[in-house]
Amino acid sequence: MQTPLWKRVLIWAICAMGLLYAMPNLFYTQVEQHNDAVAAIAQNDGVATPEEQAQVALWPNWLPSGLVNLGLDLRGGAHLLAEVQVADVYADRIDALWPEVRDALRTERATVGSVRREPSEPGTLKVRISSPDGMAKALEVVRGLAQPVTTLTGVGQSSLDVSAEGDTITVQLSEAERAATDSRTVQQSLEIIRRRIDEVGTREPTIQRQGEDRILIQVPGIGSAAELKSLIGTTARLTFNPVVGRTTNGNEAVDPRNALLPSLNEEGVFYVIEKAPVVSGEDLTDAQPAFDQNGRPAVNFRFNPTGARAFGDYTANNIGSPFAIVLDDEVISAPVIQDHIPGGSGIITGNFSVEESTELAVLLRAGALPAELVFLEERTIGPELGQDSIDAGRVAAIIAMVAVAAVMIASYGLFGVFATVALVINMALIFAVLSIIGGTLTLPGIAGIVLTIGMAVDANVLVFERIREELRIQKGPARAIEIGYERAMSAIVDANLTTLITACVLFFFGAGPVRGFAVVLAIGIVTSVFTALLVTRQIIELWFGWRRPKAITV
Amino acid sequence: MAFRLRVVPEKTNIDFFQFQWITFGGSILLMVAAFVVWGVMGLNYGIDFKGGTTIRTEASQPVDVAAYRAALEGLPLGDVLITEVFDPSFGADKHVAQIRLAAQDATQAVSPEIIVEVEEALLKVDPSITFPSVESVGPKVSSELVWSSILAVAATSIAVLLYIWMRFEWQMALGGVLALLHDVFITIGIFALFQIKFDLSIIAALLTILGYSINDTVVVFDRLRENLVKYKTMPLRDVMNLSVNETLSRTIMTSGTTLIAVGAMLVFGGDVIRGFTLAIFIGVLLGTYSSVYVAKNIVLFIGLDRSDKPKKDPKAGTDFANIDA
Repeated sequence: MQTPLWKRVLIWAICAMGLLYAMPNLFYTQVEQHNDAVAAIAQNDGVATPEEQAQVALWPNWLPSGLVNLGLDLRGGAHLLAEVQVADVYADRIDALWPEVRDALRTERATVGSVRREPSEPGTLKVRISSPDGMAKALEVVRGLAQPVTTLTGVGQSSLDVSAEGDTITVQLSEAERAATDSRTVQQSLEIIRRRIDEVGTREPTIQRQGEDRILIQVPGIGSAAELKSLIGTTARLTFNPVVGRTTNGNEAVDPRNALLPSLNEEGVFYVIEKAPVVSGEDLTDAQPAFDQNGRPAVNFRFNPTGARAFGDYTANNIGSPFAIVLDDEVISAPVIQDHIPGGSGIITGNFSVEESTELAVLLRAGALPAELVFLEERTIGPELGQDSIDAGRVAAIIAMVAVAAVMIASYGLFGVFATVALVINMALIFAVLSIIGGTLTLPGIAGIVLTIGMAVDANVLVFERIREELRIQKGPARAIEIGYERAMSAIVDANLTTLITACVLFFFGAGPVRGFAVVLAIGIVTSVFTALLVTRQIIELWFGWRRPKAITV
Repeated sequence: MAFRLRVVPEKTNIDFFQFQWITFGGSILLMVAAFVVWGVMGLNYGIDFKGGTTIRTEASQPVDVAAYRAALEGLPLGDVLITEVFDPSFGADKHVAQIRLAAQDATQAVSPEIIVEVEEALLKVDPSITFPSVESVGPKVSSELVWSSILAVAATSIAVLLYIWMRFEWQMALGGVLALLHDVFITIGIFALFQIKFDLSIIAALLTILGYSINDTVVVFDRLRENLVKYKTMPLRDVMNLSVNETLSRTIMTSGTTLIAVGAMLVFGGDVIRGFTLAIFIGVLLGTYSSVYVAKNIVLFIGLDRSDKPKKDPKAGTDFANIDA
């Protein structure tokens, strides 16, 4: 009954590693402060404040400092599930297409006659031509504007669906183009949300795509879902538009080329602006919170060369007339152009607080979201509730551990003690694996750990019961132990593999906290088989080699 | 001989089929009852499945449900459900309530403005109230969650069915999976009967029950497989009894330690996760029962083909040595 030396060394090395890597979790706050300080110093190119140095000193550098991530339900924070309204983009694309279509058809005026856009639902473009005889040529021209779309299923599909009915041409985005656009829109939204959240610098946010058009956002430590939503902003679409007039009548009829927008700061005041912007937020390269000449909070901005040229030309030609700074369909301010602004930079003033100007700068810098977000799920969990859950889980785990150990020792005596040692190592291994893979511990995950405490001894129970049976039919102790382990093997493997199957299904179907439970369950199964089969056997072999008992009682 | 705690005597010889019309019939009856209760009373679905909002309040003064309700009356909220929450870990000055609002929109979660209004109205009743958690799910997501949950339970059952079929016999696979469904549906029935909140975490608990229960059943089947080879002429019924008797001590031991651990979580683990642990607790009890009284009865009814046993040496082709000393 001797395991090869390399195997013994390996088993004990794994246990030692497990204990070492699980250890930081016992000193969670210290290690966390240490890690945060190290990260902060790295960000400041190695310059450390005395406070940071003190925090670094809380935990020795040569020890592992990986920690189990705490899920949102334990740490507190906000969770949002947003759906990107991808169809919004179709309308924008089609509207942008109209001038192109118009110009292209005008060059063929001789055959198609005059061109007019007909009213249609968003996302489709209906164009009427005055000479229907030229329809074939008109279709050819419009189809010529389409581009091939490359998709996974095949190449060569056109980006536009163009059809004719009587004297009207209908243009829509093709199926393939819509799919490609959707994917791009979601990807872009994801990037922008990530940038906006990173700007604030919270700890370990989770921002991931879910399914076709959804984005999951989890930010630990933030006060509420509402706060997170305002941080992400809705669309934050910034434009600079010429002002046509100013009114206090909110129902005033305006020309279709113009729009009536409320003022952000002046109650009851509306501006009539031209819909076509001079410059839009896409041309912004930078925005910083600042103060104006009077010391009021403001935002400094700078355009890229294209934007700067357009802005410069416009200001040069319109000195003395007002222009509007429009954010999300509200006029932030409508200053009068005092002078030609050639450099492409300027300042936005309004009745901002310092926080508002900072937030606006962040929104502008991160760029506009390409489409609106609809929030399907919002969850806020306060940090106290999370702490309560951790405390309750810890108490429950300790009680479960002590009680299970007591039953095992009462039932199997010394062998029960061995099983308890294995159980403790098992717990350490679970935490070590979670720390190393950067897994997240959630409240159901804690329940999974407690469940593992109860189920982990199962493999030992199977082995011990088997050893008892073998002892009963008059086998020597060494032989009984050996056969006990070997005979129990198939039951243990089958039983644990089936549980592992359910853990996998849970992982793939579950979301958030449930997924955390599945991970803990799966790790627990692997580590408990390892500790119950290999570690207890090593302990028993050590004990057996030391005492050389003539008879054993299990 | 040293003292040993023995719940099960060293050698038992219980005929587990003796009262099978009571035990197995009882199981069938319970399952039917579970379906009836589920159908008639319905489940108390949480916001995960129905959409809506739950707000947890915590105050230093006792919860006055009537006053809370009166405060919210003026707001256009639709159905409002207020329940007080109790837990042994709460101190004397900690009073917790759960407020449930119906979904306000066809797809979206409840807007923060409404939440703010609710919070302000409640603070007028009791200024000491804090709001440790606010969770809102739009009906669009919740209806999808219902489907993915049903899929998850079905996928797990099929995966387990295939695995046992591969490792054992198809009769055992069928018996094992039917026993699983027995555990799951009776647990659902109990949740319907007592109108305990049924949310996504309960589905996770049900899947865990699937895993645990099959674990128990597999151990019995494993012994059955071994004994079928050992006692080739013994009637199937007797081999089954022998196998269950031989593994009884282990079955009780493992269920015992699991119930102790889950019981500790149930009592001390806090109210947030109580539904989840309760489902697992019930499931472990049922799983133990069904592996002794349900799974193998089904196998006995179908019958096992034992004629070609020598060819189907259970240990052949596996990685495990078959040592007979």
